[in-house]
Amino acid sequence: MNVPDHLYFSESHEWVDPAIPEAAVVGISDHAQAELTDVVYLELPEVGTSVSKGEAIAVVESVKAANDIYAPVSGEIVEVNGALAEGPEPVNEDPYGEGWMIKVRLADAGEVEGLMNAAAYRETIS
Amino acid sequence: MISSPLHVRHLELGARMAPFAGWNMPIQYCGIVAEHKAVRESGGIFDISHMGEFEVVGAEAVTWLNGLLTNDLNSLSDGEGQYTLMLNPSGGVIDDLIAYRISSDRFFLVVNAAKIEEDRDWLESHLVSGIGFVDRSMDFGAVAVQGPAVTAAWNRMELDRPLPKRNGISEYEDGVVVCRTGYTGEDGFELFAPVDAIGPWFDRFVDEGVSPAGLGARDTLRLEKCYPLNGSDLDAEHTPLEAGLGSFVKLDKDTDFVGRDVIVSQKKEGLKQHLAAIAMTGKAPPIRHGYEVRDPDGKIVLGKLCSGSLSPSLGRGIGLAYLDAEDCRPGTRVSVTVRERAFPAEIVKKPFI
Repeated sequence: MNVPDHLYFSESHEWVDPAIPEAAVVGISDHAQAELTDVVYLELPEVGTSVSKGEAIAVVESVKAANDIYAPVSGEIVEVNGALAEGPEPVNEDPYGEGWMIKVRLADAGEVEGLMNAAAYRETIS
Repeated sequence: MISSPLHVRHLELGARMAPFAGWNMPIQYCGIVAEHKAVRESGGIFDISHMGEFEVVGAEAVTWLNGLLTNDLNSLSDGEGQYTLMLNPSGGVIDDLIAYRISSDRFFLVVNAAKIEEDRDWLESHLVSGIGFVDRSMDFGAVAVQGPAVTAAWNRMELDRPLPKRNGISEYEDGVVVCRTGYTGEDGFELFAPVDAIGPWFDRFVDEGVSPAGLGARDTLRLEKCYPLNGSDLDAEHTPLEAGLGSFVKLDKDTDFVGRDVIVSQKKEGLKQHLAAIAMTGKAPPIRHGYEVRDPDGKIVLGKLCSGSLSPSLGRGIGLAYLDAEDCRPGTRVSVTVRERAFPAEIVKKPFI
């Protein structure tokens, strides 16, 4: 499983790229997409929504089941990946790239420190 | 939980396993959508070792079975089979099954895994002298081989075992039974073999290019064809008429059968409900079992989906629900509620494809 070194991870398998705190990128991990199997539908939140860490913010569906995606950090949603509404395949094919889901203006950049780094996340999925 | 005789093969193929009717079964291998398309376009092989097999013997077997099943076994010749239903006294469905006539005094029944015990208890409680009943469910491993390319695969294998004709059955000397039926709407067959022999059969089909397919694809394939799933679309409270299976209920046969009087009066009084086919008309999340069907405005609840899925062939949500007769006309606009939001849908003619 691919776990890029520069990302932070939640226990519910979302990743955060905090390089730009005004627009931190969030998606689901390679491990999560493999567990979900083929994603056929994705429901993303509205831009402008304020989210709290741990809150269900999106729904990702395979043929078999619907699963919630939880906010790994708190903040305001400043952008969503609209392309995924047309075809959610990138969530499976490129979960850390084209499959990104939302961008969040972090309410507290320090919150990221509470997430797992890549090494710690690798431990949890091994 | 029971493991199929093909269990090790499933793990080697990377299947995702899940409990189904007390068995640990493969839900998918490479992905439901790909497996579904493989069956529609070429060929797929499903482990159906969990299915139940019964054997009924006796000179009066036709009369006995005709008293417990809705279809008419008198219409079968040796080597032929038919879809039929076993009803409770209220006309509700105990199980739907396929009954094959091997010979005039020997019948092979293939029943749903989740209903093996209930079916067996029901049949045994009605046993009469001269009828032999054997539950052979644990004697067989079984595969369903389905798709437009599978008969060619069978012929390439040069087995010197001619396939039976549609809905037919062939029994071979080594205990293998092949039935020309399935649950996908494609040509194909179900092969039942002694438990020790099913593994090599599975391998031979895979070697011939038939793709392993799991119960996930089996469900989407059958739903596109509106084949009912017992426990979801069929239950003890709904009759086969309400389920749209009236053509498998023969009121004119020479035997009375359990549930017949309810069917007769329902036919006379007219049906209040039908199992309707519902298709989403716009972009919508996949629809699932239990979601509410409502009026187009999403205000009035009309019923609940007993089956629902994304149709891999159509790329849109499809489902079945028992609705009042006046809501069931094809073209009727309805909605399906997903996470408190109403998405537009319509009643369509069966099957979906």
